[in-house]
Amino acid sequence: MGKNLVGNHIRRLRFNHGEMTQQQLADMVGVTRQTIVALEKGNYSPSLELAFRIARAFNLPLEEVFFYGEQTGQNEDEGSI
Amino acid sequence: MTYQEKKSIVSIASAIFIFVVYSAYKYAVYPDGELEPKEMFHYWGSFVLVLTLVSIVAHIVISIVFNIVFRMTTGEKEPKFADELDKLIELKAHRNGFFVFILGFLLAMGSLATDRPIQAMFMILIVSGFASDVTGSVTKLYHYRRGV
Repeated sequence: MGKNLVGNHIRRLRFNHGEMTQQQLADMVGVTRQTIVALEKGNYSPSLELAFRIARAFNLPLEEVFFYGEQTGQNEDEGSI
Repeated sequence: MTYQEKKSIVSIASAIFIFVVYSAYKYAVYPDGELEPKEMFHYWGSFVLVLTLVSIVAHIVISIVFNIVFRMTTGEKEPKFADELDKLIELKAHRNGFFVFILGFLLAMGSLATDRPIQAMFMILIVSGFASDVTGSVTKLYHYRRGV
């Protein structure tokens, strides 16, 4: 696949929100658990609408959940590609 | 491995199984000797129609059995709806499958244009339909594993 430059902090944010499960987040934003898995692995860049729904689920602005381009010092298990 | 990945693998395996078994059966009952054009069109027409029906029924049955086995082995329920990622992958699968079928269709027309036997045209069309189905499933598997 082409290089996906949209990364995210979803895994860390789930952990910080009472160890929310992937299924709980998926139910909150209206997608399947597999889509959350793909997002966390960095295999998928969400639509703008889904990105906003995920940010709203964490009560954070979009740019604190998603980032564009390479970010240094990221947690290795996060979804930057 | 996710539900969708497993389902794609099952789809590929079942498509190959159905096509090979059905083709082997039809090959065995192919009439001996030179066929009249009317008989030949009847044979190939029924080949395509019955294969389509058999494929639909077999895919439904295999899908139901797969869901039951998936629930029993993983304790999870299959996703009840298709979200944006599923729809995007579905579109890509349709695009690739359609491309393969069109390629086969053009080859089939080429076989007519180059005066090949009429059976060749039907065989190319049927094989391209099968290849299109497999291509769609392989595309799904690829995108579910590697991302979009």
